[in-house]
Amino acid sequence: MKAKHQRLVLALVAVAGIAGAGVLGASALRDEAAYFRTPAEVKAGKAEVGEPMRLGGMVAAGSIVRQPDGLTIRFVATDGKASVPVQFTGIVPDLFAEESGMVADGRMRADGTFVADRILAKHDERYMPPQMGEMPEGVAKMAPKV
Amino acid sequence: MIAELGLALLWIAAALACLSLVAGVLFLRGGPKDLASLVRPASVAQGVLTAAAFGLLIALFVRSDMSVELVARNSNSLKPMIFKIAGTWGNHEGSMLLWLMILSLSGALIAIFERRLREDTLVATLSAQAALSLGFFAFLLFSSNPFNRLPVAPPDGQGLNPLLQDIGLAFHPPTLYVGYVGLSVAFSFAVGALITREIGPAFARAMRPWVLFSWIFLTLGITAGSYWAYYELGWGGWWFWDPVENVSLIPWLAGAALLHSVAVTATRNALRAWTVMLAVIGFSMSMVGTFIVRSGLLTSVHSFAVDPERGTFLLALMAIYIGGALTLFAVRAGSVAEGKKFALLSREGSLVINNLLLTTILALVLLGTLYPIVAEAMGEKISVGPPYYNKVAGPLALILCLVMVAGPLLAWRRDDGKKLWSRLPMAVFAGALVLVLLVIFGGKVGILPLLGMTVAGVVAVASLAPLWGRNLRRTPLPTWGMVIAHFGVAVALAGMGAESAFIKEKLVAAKPGDVVKVGDFEVRFEGVKPVAGPNYTAIEGTLVATTSGGGSHVMKPESRMFPGLMGTAPTETNEAALLTRPGGQLYAVLGQPVVGADGAGRYQLRLWWKPLVWWIWLGGALIAIGAALSMLGRAQLLTLWRARRARKEEGRWK
Repeated sequence: MKAKHQRLVLALVAVAGIAGAGVLGASALRDEAAYFRTPAEVKAGKAEVGEPMRLGGMVAAGSIVRQPDGLTIRFVATDGKASVPVQFTGIVPDLFAEESGMVADGRMRADGTFVADRILAKHDERYMPPQMGEMPEGVAKMAPKV
Repeated sequence: MIAELGLALLWIAAALACLSLVAGVLFLRGGPKDLASLVRPASVAQGVLTAAAFGLLIALFVRSDMSVELVARNSNSLKPMIFKIAGTWGNHEGSMLLWLMILSLSGALIAIFERRLREDTLVATLSAQAALSLGFFAFLLFSSNPFNRLPVAPPDGQGLNPLLQDIGLAFHPPTLYVGYVGLSVAFSFAVGALITREIGPAFARAMRPWVLFSWIFLTLGITAGSYWAYYELGWGGWWFWDPVENVSLIPWLAGAALLHSVAVTATRNALRAWTVMLAVIGFSMSMVGTFIVRSGLLTSVHSFAVDPERGTFLLALMAIYIGGALTLFAVRAGSVAEGKKFALLSREGSLVINNLLLTTILALVLLGTLYPIVAEAMGEKISVGPPYYNKVAGPLALILCLVMVAGPLLAWRRDDGKKLWSRLPMAVFAGALVLVLLVIFGGKVGILPLLGMTVAGVVAVASLAPLWGRNLRRTPLPTWGMVIAHFGVAVALAGMGAESAFIKEKLVAAKPGDVVKVGDFEVRFEGVKPVAGPNYTAIEGTLVATTSGGGSHVMKPESRMFPGLMGTAPTETNEAALLTRPGGQLYAVLGQPVVGADGAGRYQLRLWWKPLVWWIWLGGALIAIGAALSMLGRAQLLTLWRARRARKEEGRWK
């Protein structure tokens, strides 16, 4: 094989590789990118039941209720405009508390409860999900009714 | 005084960087040779002074000098000494000074040790390194001064994020930074060689040990970071595809591609332009990573600075350096002579495929990391999580491992497919055996872990094949390095596969005396008691784990409370308890007390049995050891040492 041919073959392999990777990446992103929703968007009907998604919000003041099994908690996530009840079974991360920010992976149930598989750890008490933007002080104390 | 002295040292070091850059540029444009002889000592002095400034910052933290803003915000006089020291780099300014110190020391090391490069290329390389450090000096001095004094010293400091008060923090950032910033050497080498047009085997051989050096530290840093996340965050996962993990993985992938392509350039004088390109990409990715993590675009334990001014500054620096290097590459790439040719089925061919796959994985991980940031700028809120990365990176990594099986067994230039096949029967047999055993005894195993463990079997055997029929004592160090590193990949892959396929999990609300079965273990919950640490209080659970084979082990997971210091909120952390067995690890987390109906003092308890999980980090360590052996061989340190000893012996006999 001549040097020119070899370069051509290598270039073609590279182009095919890049094209393949592009297609792979794009299709995987379309399928697997989880949409981040705020409670207001959930109330506006943007979250479909059963779709994997990520919910971010403040834990409303006085809303954490521990269930009798000792493992399940229910609380209300709010962004000041709307509130969504959340249910989670497991050990909550270290800094999970009322009146602080949280992000949960999970899906909406038909009854309007968000069932979380995982509540994301926050490394800092000043943490606020970046996608939430600015929120006024005291939002967690005046959560709208579920 | 210490703070002022530190700041003065930084300014002098910055001036020296400026001197190296100007002298180097003037020399390369035809100036007198005296200018070139300035560059080496200036680079060494710059490294020493920056290191001294960093030492002074550590001294401020050790002395708990609360009149320095950085110390007051990030330290506390009650902290144990090790965390006072580690706190130096547990914040934005301190970590940027650490970054800069490594950048400067890299330049100093090149100036001291590099003897294989042509004089003008070396000067160009050192000037490029000085140009890099100059930008970061400006960043530190103008927007992140670590030595800033407070007008009034507070009585005590605000302390360090409790999650960072862990022995892992003492080592993880410096290790990772040496790797991250060590890639700047390859970057400067590439820029230097482009400027003087010295791109060939000699340049590649000179660059090779430096690439290996930084890659060893990247590997160790990532491995240690993964283990830290595993036991400190208490979720029992070892890799989360978190953006901050990805930005350490991306330069690692670039470094892995680079050290394979530089082998082709050094040995066969091929892939020349590509190697230079990768050297530029490697450090560019380090800078992109630093920008993403430090600019506050992402919120995590790593983002200390949520300050738009700093983000813009870093972005500008990055644009100048990456843009400049790529422009230089575009101008000079045409004049890089065509490399030696080779057949597709050859060592070179397999390394080309290796590079294509590694850069493809790199691009896909980068895409997943940047996409949410770009999407958010366009008003769409999206997060990309593990399902995406597993889907795109998993299959490609497995193909990469199969290429790794064949690559080392192929001859340079051209090889015969039948001959390759004849070298593989043992490896294929091992893979088939693993597959059959898993299908028969493994129960329901997902497709990716199944393939992973099978490929691990093939790689484990095939990676040893280059040693067959060799005199082991005469096998060169780099060959040993390759074998051990590739074997390490197999070990890590087996650990990942086994952990995800056979993990057992139990979540209970246990009262004292309860017995929980998980895997082969019976774990009895004895109860809890309060304990006091140096700067926290804790609830400590006592668990007794027994196996049917006998032997019982006590595990003590803790839930720690750190009081709020100087107006910050109190924080809690879960300290997992780990029981390491040959077959895996038992992982226990103590959760919240349960206010149950029976009032029996129940506690939440989460237990995992993780088969072979520690093989993942063992594999990482093996990869680093392999790379270290290669580096020793490539830097010819041993040869130099032997030669020196031989000379001494000779002298003795005379």
